Amino acid sequence: MIYFGELKEKKGIVNIIKDRCKGCSFCVEYCPRDVLEMSEEFNVKGYHPPRVINPDNCCYCQLCEAICPEFAIFVTLREEEEREREKEISRP
Amino acid sequence: MKPEDRVEGRHPMEEFLRMDRMPHIWCSGCGIGIVVTSFIEALQKSGLDPNKVCVCSGIGCTGRVAGYVKLDSFHTTHGRPVPFATGLKLANPELKVVVFSGDGDIVGIGGNHFIHAARRNMDIVVICVNNFNYAMTGGQVAATTPIGANLSTAPYGNFEYPFNLPYLAEACGATYVARWTCLHIRRVTKSIQEALQKRGFSFIEVITPCVTLYARRNRLGDGLNLLRYYYENSEIRHGADTRTLDIGYQGKIIVGKFVDIEKPTFLDCMNNHLRKVLGDKYQPWGVKS
Repeated sequence: MIYFGELKEKKGIVNIIKDRCKGCSFCVEYCPRDVLEMSEEFNVKGYHPPRVINPDNCCYCQLCEAICPEFAIFVTLREEEEREREKEISRP
Repeated sequence: MKPEDRVEGRHPMEEFLRMDRMPHIWCSGCGIGIVVTSFIEALQKSGLDPNKVCVCSGIGCTGRVAGYVKLDSFHTTHGRPVPFATGLKLANPELKVVVFSGDGDIVGIGGNHFIHAARRNMDIVVICVNNFNYAMTGGQVAATTPIGANLSTAPYGNFEYPFNLPYLAEACGATYVARWTCLHIRRVTKSIQEALQKRGFSFIEVITPCVTLYARRNRLGDGLNLLRYYYENSEIRHGADTRTLDIGYQGKIIVGKFVDIEKPTFLDCMNNHLRKVLGDKYQPWGVKS
């Protein structure tokens, strides 16, 4: 494991507003960590919204938020996780 | 926006959008929404007072932007967002006026207004969303359609020479000229931010996919295929000679920031000239005292 000093990887939670999505799949294609996948379900408009498959991979880069033309996806910072990890890992 | 201000269930852009008008009319796979996101992000980062920013747009798909952003905005007649912005800027020089419109609106119908605003160096920002056709009215040939593209008024392919927008803007005297595709999200954001903080006529061309008309008639696939095409065929060349920036049909797209110069704006020139001619009895307009 590489030691980066005080730097910690940020973790994000992907929020999808399903009924606003038009199923263009830009977020799925351009997520650098492959967090998302197109789902089989339908939303109210009859499109297939994306679904989170690897929630732990999200690194809060906000690219999905920037590339979404429908304002239907956004990321919030997962903070509790960080605090927990700080307690768990004892630094040398 | 700070990370702690983000809450679940509320999109961080909602502060700047008229949510009662959502969902917007743009098709699935259209890139205009991406440009709007970039614009809002640039506005947030630039630290400008949203009450002092105005958006004007004309008719067309991109013309709907004025109705969707929660700023003072005006939806003008076809081709006339630039003269409207000129009037707005001159009547209230404190405002930062942004023209957000399409290629057919800015350089097709309103081409004359565009070149004269650039010639006078009006202090406005023009964001031109270029999707290579008149998309809202059914896919007619526009001033930017590349040679060989099939559209509803060119069923055997287009044979007219298209405009090279950065060259046009530079030749007319714009002080900031950039071109990006809507896949260059962060760079578009940075470019809009620079343009908002710059005095003088700033022109940013953003190339977006038109899925329903341009891509369908030319059998180019959906929005994702066009974004892949931008990824493979766009080349960043800052400061390139704008004469070399023509876009061929499915050809190479040279993007970057081409011009960034300082020049006195229309109001500066007017105040300087009239002070010289009229002397002390002239009261300068739009100068904070």
